[in-house]
Formats: sequence, C-alpha cells, structure tokens
Amino acid sequence: MSAAVQAQAARRPVLEMRHISKTFGAIRALQDVSLTVHAGELHALMGENGAGKSTLMKVLSGAYRPDAGGEILIDGVPAATGDPIKARAAGIAVIYQELSLAPNLTVAQNVFLGNEPRRLGIVDREQCNRRAGEIIARLGVSFSARALVSSLSLGERQLVEIARALSTNARIIVMDEPTTSLTSRETDSLFEVIATLKAQGIAIIYISHRMEEVYQLADRVSVLRDSGYVGTLARADLNASRLVAMMVGRDLSAFYKKDHRAPDSARAVALSVRGMSDGRLLTNCSFDLHKGEVLALAGLVGSGRTELARLIFGADRRSAGTMELEGKPVTIGSPREALDAGIAYLTEDRKELGLFLDMSISDNISMGVLARDARAGGLRDFTAAERRAAKAIADLSIRTRSAQANAGSLSGGNQQKVLLARLLETEPKVVILDEPTRGVDVGAKSEIYRLIDNLANKGIAILMISSELPEVIGVADRVLVMRDGAIAGEVTASEGEPLRQEAIMELATGAAQK
Amino acid sequence: MTDKTTVTSVDQAAVRSRRLRTVFAALGMLPVLILLAAGFQFINPRFLTGTNLLIVTQQSSINIVLAAGMTFVILTGGIDLSVGSILAASAMVAVLVSLVPDWGLLGVPAAILIGLGFGLINGLLVAYIRLPPFIVTLGSLTAVRGIARLLGEDTTVFNSDLPFDFIGNGSVLGIPWLVIIALSVVVLSWLVLKRTVLGTWIYAVGGNAEAARLTGIKVPLVLLFVYGVSGLLAGLGGAMSAARLYAANGLQLGQSYELDAIAAVILGGTSFVGGVGSIWGTLIGGLIIAVLSNGLILAGVSDIWQYIIKGLVIIVAVALDRYRLQAGART
Repeated sequence: MSAAVQAQAARRPVLEMRHISKTFGAIRALQDVSLTVHAGELHALMGENGAGKSTLMKVLSGAYRPDAGGEILIDGVPAATGDPIKARAAGIAVIYQELSLAPNLTVAQNVFLGNEPRRLGIVDREQCNRRAGEIIARLGVSFSARALVSSLSLGERQLVEIARALSTNARIIVMDEPTTSLTSRETDSLFEVIATLKAQGIAIIYISHRMEEVYQLADRVSVLRDSGYVGTLARADLNASRLVAMMVGRDLSAFYKKDHRAPDSARAVALSVRGMSDGRLLTNCSFDLHKGEVLALAGLVGSGRTELARLIFGADRRSAGTMELEGKPVTIGSPREALDAGIAYLTEDRKELGLFLDMSISDNISMGVLARDARAGGLRDFTAAERRAAKAIADLSIRTRSAQANAGSLSGGNQQKVLLARLLETEPKVVILDEPTRGVDVGAKSEIYRLIDNLANKGIAILMISSELPEVIGVADRVLVMRDGAIAGEVTASEGEPLRQEAIMELATGAAQK
Repeated sequence: MTDKTTVTSVDQAAVRSRRLRTVFAALGMLPVLILLAAGFQFINPRFLTGTNLLIVTQQSSINIVLAAGMTFVILTGGIDLSVGSILAASAMVAVLVSLVPDWGLLGVPAAILIGLGFGLINGLLVAYIRLPPFIVTLGSLTAVRGIARLLGEDTTVFNSDLPFDFIGNGSVLGIPWLVIIALSVVVLSWLVLKRTVLGTWIYAVGGNAEAARLTGIKVPLVLLFVYGVSGLLAGLGGAMSAARLYAANGLQLGQSYELDAIAAVILGGTSFVGGVGSIWGTLIGGLIIAVLSNGLILAGVSDIWQYIIKGLVIIVAVALDRYRLQAGART
C-alpha cells in the first residue's frame, strides 16, 4: 500500500524550480539552475562551500527574488517569488543550521509562534497545546508540548522546528546541514522522523556535506558547482568518486601564480605545531610549516580551520598543545605575543574582525606598528604612517583617492589589501591567511596570489585557509585537510603529478573511509 | 535615453544629500550653538555681553571637564555614570584636606587622586572582569555617593579660608581660572586623542574592539586608561567645585552631573557606539548646554520648562547623530 502511494507520488513533481539565476551587483550567485523535487522524496543538494546551495534555498524560501526568467512551480502552478510569507503559505519551510526558537517558551508556543490559534482574538492555550501535541505525536517523539524549549536537547529542538514546519502544513521541508550539532543517537531519531515525513508524502531537500548521510537517506542527489547546476544522480547511480568529480571537476584557470620553488623536506621548519586542542572542537592537531612554503589548510566549513588558526595566533585559549618557532619553543597567549614572536594572522571576516572602517587607510595600515613608530612621549609619528601607507598603496596597488580616506569607503578587494598591508608591516616570519580572497573580485584575487607567491619567495612561511579548491591547488605546495576538528590527512604533490582536488574532497567529506 | 537622464538626476540627488550630510559631519553642532546664541540675543540683548558670556563659560567649565573624560570613555563604546558621585566625593576630600593646617593646598591633588582611584576601580571591573560599563558605573554611581556622604558624616563641610579658592573665584587677565582649566583639559585631551599612539588605540578599540585585539592592541589597558581619565577629571571637577563653593556636600553635590556630561558628549557628535567623535565637539556640546540654561533663564523661561526644552534638544541631537552616522556608513 505505502509503496504504491510512494510510486504514485513519485510521478508528480511537487516543486519545480526553473532557470533560476541570481546576481548581486556584478557577482553571479546562481546561473540558470533548475531543480525538480517529487512528493515523498528526499532530495540531497550537494556542492562545495559557495557553490550556490544556500542562495538557491533562499530563493525558494522567498528571502531572495530570482532574476527575471526564473520561476518556481508548486504542484505545477507558478508561485510568487521573493515573498517569504507567500512561500510559507505555499507549503515551503526551511530549517536553518542556527535554530530560531525562543528557549523561554514552551514547545507548543514555539510551534505556533506568530501563527497562534485564537478564540475571540485571544490565544487559545488549550487548542495550542492539543494541536502541538498531535503534531509531535505524528513525529513519534517523547517530549511534551508543554515542555520548555530550554529543557530540550539540540536534537529535540530541531524536531520542534520540524513540528513548526508541519503546523503550517509544509509539504516541502528544507534541512540545511541538520546533523552538524547532533549526537549520533539524535541523528538516528532525526532519520526516523525523516522517514515518517516521507511516508506522509512530504518532500525533503537535504543539504549536507556528509557522504554517509547522503548514501543512507537520499533518493536523488543534485550537485551545484560555481553557481551552476551540474547534474542529478538517482540513488542507484550514487558513488563517491562520481559525486566528488561532479562537485570539483573543473579545470584550473591560469591566473594562479606559483613561481616560488616548492620547498623540499630538508628546508628548515618555520613553525612546528604539536597536539593543539581547544577542549571544544579541536583535538590534537599537529603539523610542520616550512620556510618559504605555502601550506593550505582545507576542509569544510565547521571543520575547525579558523579555530586552529586562531589558536596558533593566541586569539583563543588552548587547552593543550605546544609550538616551536624556528626550533625554539614559544608560548603564545595573546595576539600581541604572537605578533611580537613574528606570527601574523589575516582574519576571514575583514569587516567584523579586521578593519577599522571609520578610520583612515593610513591608520589602518600602521595600526599594528604604532608603538614601534612612536616618538618620545608616545606621540604619533605621522610621517612614518604616511610613508608606510604610500608604500603599501603603491606596492599592493590599493585603489583610493587618498591615504586619508576611510577604510570603509574602499571596495572589498582593496579593503583586503589594506589588511594584508597591515599584516606585512609587522614583518612576520609566519603568515596565517584565513580565506584571503573571500569576497574579492577576480583582479584583486590574482594580485593577492602574486603577493602570496612573493612572500614565499622571500622565505616567509605561509599557512593559507581556503574553501576554494582551485585556489588551494593553484597556490599551495602542500595541503592539510581538516575534518571534525582534527587533521584528517595531508595531500602532497608528487613528482610530475599535481595536487588532486578529488583527494582533498575525499578527506574533507570522509568519503575516503568508505 | 529618458532612462539615462532619470538615472543621472537620481544620482545627483544622492550626491547632493551625501554632500549635505558630510558638511553636517564636519561642522558638527557649531551652527546650532551659533543659532542658539543669536536667538537668545534676539530675545534678550543682555545675552551677548562680556559679563554674561563669562558667566556662561564659567558655568559650563566643570561640565566640560567631566564631559572631556566622558568623551574618552564613550569613544571606546563605554559609559561612565559615576562621574557626578566621584565629583562629590572628591570635593569632600578637597575641603577636608584643605582644613589641615599648612598643607591645605594638597586638597587639589588629593581630590584628583581620589577621583583617579575610583576611575581605575571602574576600569579594572570593565577591562579585566569584563562587566558591562553601564552596570559597573551604575553601581559606583550609588556606592561612591554613599562614600561621599560618609566622608563628611553626612554633613556639609566648609572652609571659608580655602587656600585654593583662586581656582573657583580668581582670574588671570580677566579670564576665570575655571575657564582656563577647562580649556587646558580640552587641549590636553585633544593632544592625547589625536596626537598620541594611545589616542589612536582609543579610537580603534571603540571602532572595533575585536579587530583591535587581533591587531595586538592591549584592549584592557586602553579601557583602564579611559576610565582612569574619566575618574581623574571628575576628581579635578570636584576640586573646582569645592574651590568655587568653599564647601562640599556629599548628598547634593554633583547630582545628575553625569547626565549633563553625557549630553555634552552626544551633542558634540561623538557616537554612542564608539570610535567616532572629537573633543572639540564635546566643547561645543558643553557650551550649547550652558547657553541653553543661561539663555532660557534670561528669557524668563521657568525652571520646569528648561528641563523639558533641554531634554528635547538632547533627543534631537541624537537623531542628528543617527543621520550623521549614515553619512559615514558608505561601503
């Protein structure tokens, strides 16, 4: 019976997204992506970080309006786009990684938040609890509708989100990396709920980087890459190497620059990291970074790359681990000590953690060396600051009308160059670059690659975090891959054979274990 | 074709409004001060006389000293609600020490040191225990007020033969000492904020504290410094107040002075979230408050209405601050 229902449902697409494109200014976030999802199907959506998955889902949920020409059909009927309220009414619900529950309210109150059943204009508490109870029963879970959300585990909270989706009669539920913060038992019960939902004819779009989950759950898998649609595989055709090839397969463009000599293993070690842990995510990370080397730190979002970089730089507290800089043990407890030792760090979040947007370019560039430049009595040496700024603007070709302009007035690429200039003014021996080309246009990107290459040529050791595999392949000499807070493995180029994206992706997703 | 022309005229309008905002940002509240002065002069011609202007500056001098310290704190994105209470306690100490035979002049440094001490305690709690500045200084607002009352056993202390009374009532070449001190504080503050490394760090911490930390700036030390300065200047204000009155009272002195100081800073265009602002703005803000009080009295406005009008002026000024911030937020 249920097999027959499913077979019948499978023929009927509940959702069709056709020719969806989305541009932000000059940046193309989605290009002609089409996606068809059937009722009662779990449709996995895969792709590298930044491939366009989240943008596509935001178009679906109405958070973004697609460019002209794109349309969304629900049950074969064109639906309104760019309107979250209409999208929800049409049966689309999105469960985000960061849950959006009010912890101080009960499960029932959360389920009907903003949509409370009323009687005579007053919230009908009884009906609220009863209907929430019914929905929870449908999910087959154990907590009460009257329980406070703050008393629930993360996994249970996720189920409350799903219950909320069901309360609005959602027929298409998007789950964005739902298992990231769940224990394995919670993951199992989530999967049971997913099976129940599918049996009820609800379509699920499931975004995940985890191969095992996709193998276990997916009826079909669609892959996005570089803002475009690559293809869809049916369950029967799934295999790891094919999926990975679809996710990364593209040729390297010529604009990466790697002229510095890749160091042999005999080259002196600049930074040696042993057993770094932070007591939360990172466990026992160890590696060596050589002089004149560009070592990439690859891995998925949330794998702990930035956390490891911040630990090395002393920005966060470590629970265990030692470091040696040029053979001498160093203890680094703060960014100040890291900078004094010769370790510099470029943040991935330049607006929140890097720039002083209301201050001049000149001040931004000199900020790390003000005390070094200062004259007697702690007075600023403005001539030195101007000299540094003028040199940086010329060397890094920062495009601005004046060194006294606010950093906030610059474009993304030029802001990034200002931060790089600040970092270089401290004359570091080890440079940690966290996503150095994020949100930067193509021209500035190639300039940043050239800069990295020059630094390596001067013997500076570079640790580069990057989510863009072509960038990793194009710029790095060696790649460390992180997964779940640990170093999963190393990918090196051997004689005549370049670094392989597939090898990196397999380590990052855990597909190599299969 | 028509499309293009619409676009350019829209662009021009945008450029014009942006230019207007930039002018606003540069000039700050100076035009408001001038307009107010002109208005009061129109209502009462006695306003713009030498004697009256001296009274205005003299009345504003203590508030300007407090507001200078407050500028340091607000530039880091903090707040210091305790300056009125610190002023009271310092004034008590100034008068009590002045009663010591032969050592009376030490009342002034004693007041300043006591103020510095309270400020450093605020700073330690904010910088190292990482408590919110509002909570810390709200606590010390109450606690230090209690200490001020304790110091004089809850009475008014007098010294009719105050050895440093020239500060409060004397003048040099016709300029009152109070005014000289206030202006010196403003100039010194400007020097620190705009000409020293520490000053740049203060702006950096207020603009983006986490970025400042990652740049190697010792953020806690900077915070300790600004609360120390605010306390020290409140102590100086206490000495000035004692010198003017030949007396101090732990209960009444300095009540709600923190509000006038904050108002002067905000009127001066210093952003409440930190990182943007100048000491010259604070000077103008302090003068606006003094001109308002003085002008409203000369115009015969009742005490009650003075409160209402001053409050409204502060709200309008904050609205202008928002408008100005939008001008800065071009990315």
